[in-house]
Amino acid sequence: MKMAKKNKTDLAEKTSGDIAQRETQGLSQGQIIRKRFVRHKAAMASIIILAFTFVFVFSSIGIHLGSEEFPIRIPGWWPFWITDIDPEGAIAATCNGGVTGCPTLDIFPEFIDGTGMQIGAHPFGTDIIGRDYFALVMRGAEQSIMVMLIVGGLGITIGTAIGAIAGFYGGIVDAVLMRLTDMFLVTPTLVLGAVIGYRFGNFGVVPLAVMLGFFAWMGLARFVRTEFLTLREREFVDAARVAGASNRRIIFKHILPNAIGVIIVSGTLLMSGAILIESALSYLGFGVKAPDVSLGLLINEYKDTFSISPWMFWWPGALIILIALCVNFIGDGLRDAFDPRQRRRITKKDRVAAQEVKV
Amino acid sequence: MMLLIVFGASFLAYNLQALSSDPLAQFGESTDINKDYLIQRTIRELQLDVPPPVRYFFWLRGVIAGLWGQFTLGETRNNLDVIETISIAIPVTFRLVIASTILAIVLGITIGMITAIRQYSRFDYVTTFISFLLFSLPIFWVAVLLKEYMAIQFNDFLYDPDTQAPSSLGLSSIVIAGLVGGLIMAGILGGSRRKFFTVFAGVAFGFSSLLWALNATNWFVNPGLGIVGVGVLAFASAAVVTQISTGLDDRKSLTAAMAAAAITTVAYYPLQELMGPGSSGFNILLVFAITMTLSGFAGFLVDKFDRRIHIRTALITAFMGTLPIIFDRIMREFGGYMKSDAINNRPIPTLGQANDLLSEDQLGDFWVMTLDGVLHLVLPTIALTLISFAGYVRFSRGSLLEVLNMDYIRTARAKGLTERTVLVRHGMRNAMLPLTTILVNDFAGVIGGAIITESVFAWQGMGQLFNEALKNYDLNLFMGVFVLGAFLTVMANFVADLLYGVVDPRIRIRK
Repeated sequence: MKMAKKNKTDLAEKTSGDIAQRETQGLSQGQIIRKRFVRHKAAMASIIILAFTFVFVFSSIGIHLGSEEFPIRIPGWWPFWITDIDPEGAIAATCNGGVTGCPTLDIFPEFIDGTGMQIGAHPFGTDIIGRDYFALVMRGAEQSIMVMLIVGGLGITIGTAIGAIAGFYGGIVDAVLMRLTDMFLVTPTLVLGAVIGYRFGNFGVVPLAVMLGFFAWMGLARFVRTEFLTLREREFVDAARVAGASNRRIIFKHILPNAIGVIIVSGTLLMSGAILIESALSYLGFGVKAPDVSLGLLINEYKDTFSISPWMFWWPGALIILIALCVNFIGDGLRDAFDPRQRRRITKKDRVAAQEVKV
Repeated sequence: MMLLIVFGASFLAYNLQALSSDPLAQFGESTDINKDYLIQRTIRELQLDVPPPVRYFFWLRGVIAGLWGQFTLGETRNNLDVIETISIAIPVTFRLVIASTILAIVLGITIGMITAIRQYSRFDYVTTFISFLLFSLPIFWVAVLLKEYMAIQFNDFLYDPDTQAPSSLGLSSIVIAGLVGGLIMAGILGGSRRKFFTVFAGVAFGFSSLLWALNATNWFVNPGLGIVGVGVLAFASAAVVTQISTGLDDRKSLTAAMAAAAITTVAYYPLQELMGPGSSGFNILLVFAITMTLSGFAGFLVDKFDRRIHIRTALITAFMGTLPIIFDRIMREFGGYMKSDAINNRPIPTLGQANDLLSEDQLGDFWVMTLDGVLHLVLPTIALTLISFAGYVRFSRGSLLEVLNMDYIRTARAKGLTERTVLVRHGMRNAMLPLTTILVNDFAGVIGGAIITESVFAWQGMGQLFNEALKNYDLNLFMGVFVLGAFLTVMANFVADLLYGVVDPRIRIRK
């Protein structure tokens, strides 16, 4: 009895700082970050789901880039392409009193709804003229993912470059670059979409993504600049300079690795934002144009038939949310991992574990 | 400097827009005998023979003419003055976004700060997940769902077209709503397992009974608060305001707040005189003036020490307590409004900004018009609030958490200050500093920003103008909307810098 009580006070005395310190003993910075990230359950789950979605989307519909004249085509395992029409299949699947093109996907086993589990010819149904909706949705998701990657890549590269130069050199360079940033900041995204939609409408989603990327770096540049402003005053930068390091070396070898957390975190935010912007542009008719599809375009097309064929509306929305949500969670996990101030909750289990190590 | 940015950005935008479509494309397949003439006329009207970078300066000339008082942004393609067109659209957009912006800010900051205080609680986890989910939602998708479930099905609920009568809530939905409400409250309050279940059971039971009572009395069809509802809300806000501003232990302040609540409750019947049928909207200001003056005076009388604090508490309470009186007045129009021909028992509209089919009487009555405006705002406000709310939650949570880790918070606790003082005075005040920048920027951004929302709900505001200008190659209109938005954004940055200096003395001194 007495023993147990003493043990309890010992547990309470163990401060959270001690435990946190013990965990990071003897590990490199990278190992600590990796360890913290792996512990973020939502982020880990998101990575797995996102990777699965990527593989599933790209392998099912294949990769289609370029225009009609200069196609780059790698077919996927799904039998239909977005222009293939299958009227018989559409009529075969009716539901809700005569609505054709109903989804043939049935995820409930036989003992729940009387019909067995099956995928069928058109798991997401077909549209009015008999195009396979699964192919359309997968194609839309593929476009969204491509936009996300291209905008993310371009935005991070340009934003880091401009932010780094402005923050490192300061003075007139900084002033000019920051005013340039402000200028880009007030340029509306909608007009970009309109220009691209008109000029490069038939080249697919890539030009749109590139253009959006060129106008998506401003927030990131500001964060990177702030980070550089504080980092360049630190002692290790002075030390490097005294040792004769060039500006280039200081930027790339000494400051950039320390700013990588900020860059990655705002980069993920940029990417999840890019998906939403692309779908919004397509929804308004400024982004991807028919006959090609995008998730925003699909939602716009089927929003009025929601009460008749709700699945036409649910699937594209669900994919946008799934991808954006996963990216957001990964960003959150990365922020926790990179931010040394973010302390994890010290649970009772940790205290017990720490106690055992001590004994 | 600011002007230079607007100049550069407008040059860029002008040229991009000029590239975005071909105004002559519509004539491409035309078989009109006047085809050539029409093409020539369009070219002349839009000055298409001048390359866009040069044409930009024609437009700029009108702006620079503002120096000698002949400011013009040109005409739209329908020969309307751009400035006039925009000044019609601004109030519409403003009405659309103001409620949702305020709601998102207030709710977002409150909930964000609660989650920071209760870090790692169940409530924190649930809110984090929900805010990430809201972050990832496309607004046009939310809008369609809202139209289906909030408008069409709720209207069916209020007045079932099949049975020709109001439906009533089933027992199961009452119980489920009660349980959900209980879970949320218990999650916020947290604490030991026993407290959790006590709160959960209490709130679930209370909320369910409230719903049952509202349902049984047909409140949803004939809503109103009555003097009882107003009184309860006024005294509740008195308690909350006192707790946040001075703490309930400060009996003098509590007395002032309670007096203010009593004054607003007692004033309920006399104030109805001011808000009779046909009274003007100006009377609302009068109502606030009356309750707040009386309450302020009550606060003045409570004690001669800390007079300022008592008056402040009483004034805030009176303001919060008078809001329900106004709401009650508007709600009582609902029954008649719903039965009128224009509404035909379907009160929540899915499109538009006002109902044009209302009768003469109704159009003339300030309260009916307010109710109509509020009902049209329901869906867009919910959609906009949901989307922007998540950002505020995340930001205020992070901001408060950072502040709470500071040394001066530990010092404040070590001095023996109450937890309330530490959190409100030392914590929240400092956590609000970085929020000012975002708030100012958002206010500027919303004026030109609700493009998608306006398009989905068919509001004729700035966003729609912008959208149409883009589609119709209406360069002057486009530039008008754009320059206003850009100017507001740049101004907001400037104001934010100034404001930051005002609220944070450290920055002022350093400069």
